[in-house]
Amino acid sequence: MRDYAYFLGCITPNRYPGIEVATKRSLKEFEINLLDVNGASCCPAPGVFGSFDLWTWLVVAARNIVIAEEMNADITTTCNGCYATLQEANYLLKNSANLKNRVNESLAKIGKQYRGSLEVKHVIELLSDQVGFERVEKNVKRPLRGIKAAAHYGCHFLKPSETRMHGSAERPTVLDNLVRSLGAESVDYRDKGLCCGAGGGVRSANLEVALDMTAEKLDNMIEAGADCLVTPCAFCHLQLDRGQVELNEKYGRRYQMPVVFMTQLMGLALGMDARELGLYDNAIPTESLLKKIP
Amino acid sequence: MPSILKRQTIREGEKDFVNEVIEQGSKIFPKDDMATLRACIQCGTCTGSCPSGRRTAWRIRQIFLKTLTGQRKDALAAEDLWNCTTCYTCQERCPRKVKTTDIVRALRNLSVREGYLRQDHAKVCQLVFKHGHAVPINDDVKAVRKRLGLSEVPPTVHQYLEALKEVIDLLDATGFRSLVERKE
Repeated sequence: MRDYAYFLGCITPNRYPGIEVATKRSLKEFEINLLDVNGASCCPAPGVFGSFDLWTWLVVAARNIVIAEEMNADITTTCNGCYATLQEANYLLKNSANLKNRVNESLAKIGKQYRGSLEVKHVIELLSDQVGFERVEKNVKRPLRGIKAAAHYGCHFLKPSETRMHGSAERPTVLDNLVRSLGAESVDYRDKGLCCGAGGGVRSANLEVALDMTAEKLDNMIEAGADCLVTPCAFCHLQLDRGQVELNEKYGRRYQMPVVFMTQLMGLALGMDARELGLYDNAIPTESLLKKIP
Repeated sequence: MPSILKRQTIREGEKDFVNEVIEQGSKIFPKDDMATLRACIQCGTCTGSCPSGRRTAWRIRQIFLKTLTGQRKDALAAEDLWNCTTCYTCQERCPRKVKTTDIVRALRNLSVREGYLRQDHAKVCQLVFKHGHAVPINDDVKAVRKRLGLSEVPPTVHQYLEALKEVIDLLDATGFRSLVERKE
């Protein structure tokens, strides 16, 4: 059993707790144990608080990292925003002694010190690198044959690629491979790399712009015949799920695309119960997908 | 309307603005990364890649032009500056390796310092001052958590009030509260 500090952030525990359950249970199947990061706060959001004041963003992020350092565990996250903030803050602090000293002066006020002793890994990285597609495939009890899933990567999991270090962000394959390892089909769709629309404070201040991007994304997935869309990010997940309700209510659209987090889809393939994975707690019902699973 | 692309413009503009943006970003990022701003040749790959620019008046190339020509007020007051979702597509594709998205964050930091913080964004800040979360828990989700076998309140600052106090103390110490709460 390997331990990771599971940094929850805001959206996962406070809006989509099904993601939290599905992630803990799915990773446990592969001997990965997720520990609580007691007293963690908002990461804080990279494009929101980073846009207001980068210094505050860095100091609060460093505090969150320090809690995990005190647990002697690497961090994992289920939100691209949390991942971006913690991974980037860790990267910047490890690469600048001056920055680290300045941050530690601030953290000293609350009796904490950043050491630079851990790595920050997205949960998708754990699944692809620690577990591996073949092992996932071997553990599947209920292959998702015939299911067409549209993989949405989101932005901050892969970009900026120079900092994230997962290779090129133009043609990623990791999510598609995970979908395939569960027996489902990963459908291609137009402009697959398009942002969900929510980031950078656009959802909070310019909702109609965010929704316009979401609608384009959904239209392209529908055109490709997707039965569901799969996300690696709680914030994209919220935008793509609740965004459909907002588009339906405000703009008379009729979107009904089930939104499933990668570890929820995995949980289904590993034989877990949809209700226990929180798949009945979305804004847009997932029944149309669940009915199709053999 | 005469073009702003005249030599004269640069002379009339605030020449120090480029330096100001680079300095602001360099509080966090390596200075060499921020100085890539000077390498912009206005090719437009950024705007051509921008998903927000397809549907709004936000033109990232234009904001770089305004920055390079010292159009400080125009650049910092632009409402469209807040239509960037920070998707990094432009930064990935820039042929001059300009750290475009990170420079946008530095520009926004200056914009907030000039008092252009949006009301909706100020509200998000208030949520963090109060709860330590930008998206706090509510009763409906507490019920879902309980049903799913999770703790009703997550083990974050929501559950540990002394930890919440640490976060609030940090937000005060960095000057963040006074920055976003100040009245013009």
